[in-house]
Amino acid sequence: MLRRTFIQAAASALIAVGLSWSAHAEDRFITVASTTSTQDSGLFNVLLPAFTAKTGITVKVIAQGTGQALDTARRGDADVVFVHAKAQELKFLADGFGVKRYPVMYNDFVVVGPKSDPAGIGGSKDVAAAFKAIADKKAPFVSRGDKSGTNTAELNLWKAAGVDLQAVRGDWYREIGQGMGATLNTANAMAAYTLSDRGTWIAFANKGDLGIVVEGDKKLFNQYGVMLVNPAKIPTVKVNDGQAFIDWLVSPEGQAVIAGYHIGDKQLFFPNANDPNA
Amino acid sequence: MLQDMTILSSVLSLLGGDGGRLLEIVLLSLGVTITAVVCAGFVGLPLGAGLALVRFPGRTVVIVLVNTLMGFPPVVAGLVIFLLLSRSGPLGGLGLLFTPKAMMIAQFVLVLPIVVALSRQTIEDLWTEYRDHLTSLGAGRLGSIPTLLWDARFSLVTTMLAGLGRASAEVGAILIVGGNIAGFTRTMTTSIALETSKGDLPLAMALGVILMSLTLAINGLAYGISRVGARFSGKS
Amino acid sequence: MRDTTSLLPLVVRDLRLEMEGRVLLDVPIARIQNRKRSVVLGPNGAGKTLFLKLCHGLVPPTAGSIEFTSPRSAAEIRRKQAMVFQKPVMLRRSVRANFTHALAMAGVGWSERRRIATETMAQFGLTALADVPARVLSGGEQQRLAIARAASLNPDLLFLDEPTSSLDPTASRQIEDMLEVLHERGVTLVLTTHDLGLARRFADVIFFFHGGRLVEENDAQTFFSSPQSAEAQAFLEHRLFW
Repeated sequence: MLRRTFIQAAASALIAVGLSWSAHAEDRFITVASTTSTQDSGLFNVLLPAFTAKTGITVKVIAQGTGQALDTARRGDADVVFVHAKAQELKFLADGFGVKRYPVMYNDFVVVGPKSDPAGIGGSKDVAAAFKAIADKKAPFVSRGDKSGTNTAELNLWKAAGVDLQAVRGDWYREIGQGMGATLNTANAMAAYTLSDRGTWIAFANKGDLGIVVEGDKKLFNQYGVMLVNPAKIPTVKVNDGQAFIDWLVSPEGQAVIAGYHIGDKQLFFPNANDPNA
Repeated sequence: MLQDMTILSSVLSLLGGDGGRLLEIVLLSLGVTITAVVCAGFVGLPLGAGLALVRFPGRTVVIVLVNTLMGFPPVVAGLVIFLLLSRSGPLGGLGLLFTPKAMMIAQFVLVLPIVVALSRQTIEDLWTEYRDHLTSLGAGRLGSIPTLLWDARFSLVTTMLAGLGRASAEVGAILIVGGNIAGFTRTMTTSIALETSKGDLPLAMALGVILMSLTLAINGLAYGISRVGARFSGKS
Repeated sequence: MRDTTSLLPLVVRDLRLEMEGRVLLDVPIARIQNRKRSVVLGPNGAGKTLFLKLCHGLVPPTAGSIEFTSPRSAAEIRRKQAMVFQKPVMLRRSVRANFTHALAMAGVGWSERRRIATETMAQFGLTALADVPARVLSGGEQQRLAIARAASLNPDLLFLDEPTSSLDPTASRQIEDMLEVLHERGVTLVLTTHDLGLARRFADVIFFFHGGRLVEENDAQTFFSSPQSAEAQAFLEHRLFW
């Protein structure tokens, strides 16, 4: 029967398409819970292929906020965490979920705002004063509001500026609970200030009317750390391959790849694995 | 502002320059979605037919439940599956989280109620028409299911397309359970979400255009086949 | 080929169907005899169709018995009878597939199905339509297909509900010829009709229903010449309106 044959052929074609992805599954891989900033800045696009070429280990990156990334690791769904919120990382270690924290690199945050600059902070080097001015003028500010590293840094900056957010918050302060890129999109649409890591900012394509208003303050430095998830807590962790990734990141070779990543003529990340205090 | 030309050139450069990666994403999207929908069909159509024909206590409750599940929020479905598949969840040992299989499961769960609910309605209507004849032939309710499924095939194509629409448009659930891993669990919709968040709106829109073209092509093809088929075997 | 131990006669006793307190059908006794052409008459809503459906086993009675002569399993009884409905049910398939499907349901093997289908289509002039979708056939063709499909199951007993209603005279004639062929073959036919001409030409026995009750069961000639019941008299004189 012609029709029967046709149906069989169609069915098997569908199933073939359906299963085609399984051919992509690599045997040797690790899962890294990391942040949207490392992914959105494009760093992983050069970092990971270099590592895979050297070791044959594929790295699967789940890009989340730092808080969510650490939570993913706590559930046992990642082998390595690569994030940027030191206090949260130390807590993760203290809870026994991490083996050891290695500093890897830093970039810095920038305060981004509309050209009209309603808070009048353009060109300032003092981020605390700038934040104070934003709060005083109730100029629109978009916050990640997602427990990410950037969000944590932002909250610390309000503290440093002596602003009690709970007391002064109002319509001008918008928590959107999304990633860095979405936050920048929102800031652009609302002509608001926001805090961004420099990497995401440079790579971000929808700048519109936004520009950097504050940069260069020491308080804006953003340290990245990497940790292997503790196999004593999570037995399924791929210890050897995960550690291999960490060892490579802090090795001269890995550090060189990080230093070499530029967008245009701008270096985005500064390796500092040798700084014990980072 | 977005320019049409920017989108158009993005579409072209996606198709041309970086075609390999795009193809991978498209194939993965199609693979996950079609597998999920086909599986939902194999499970859901007999279930829907069964629900149409078999009388049991609580049947009305089940029907209302299934109809409700048609509107199951994908994010909630994603979260539930995430918690089930997570290493610390009950099915963690399978190691399925952040894999295409997890995305398939999520889409399967989202599509299944649609297939069951819509096919139940279709089969029940056809059963009213066929009932006397099939009973006279001694088929019985369960025995009638294959006949009804086959004879309702052209209406059921529409049912499956509805399921396909839900699956292929879906982003919330597969983002959570797939993790949007580049080259592994990154699909059309999660790419669009990602490029939007990176502020690359023309690229996101270009991907959207490609996704919509694919959906249109699949729907057109299915509709065409079913129309030709329907004409061939008498209007349904 | 034909099983010599017939199901018939079929004897119906004290058959009642009630729904929501209303009596829809009430048949104290009726006997469908082997190889007799039984015609069920009565005005609309008299219970003719219900009577057929109950005898055929499609609708379970509230009370009473429907007994076939030779005791067999329920499945066997089912296989030995068939029914053609007023609005014939056409599967969304080709004419041929309508045959093979019914035969498959009756448990006939794959190659045997195709042979019987081909043979039956040839007998009833449907061969040219074999690959045509059943649902695009004309009303007359659909009715022929429905009867031939039922006949292909080789039943002892065939129920037909209004087989010639809404057909033009030529198509009606064709159907009547088919029924004659089946009768010659030894199939016991029970049909309802509003066509008194058909009843006069065709019937051996008349069952006359009125208001859900079987009022009169009579030899056809006697029924038409001297009906026993007042209702039947009125019906034949076209005076019975409800």
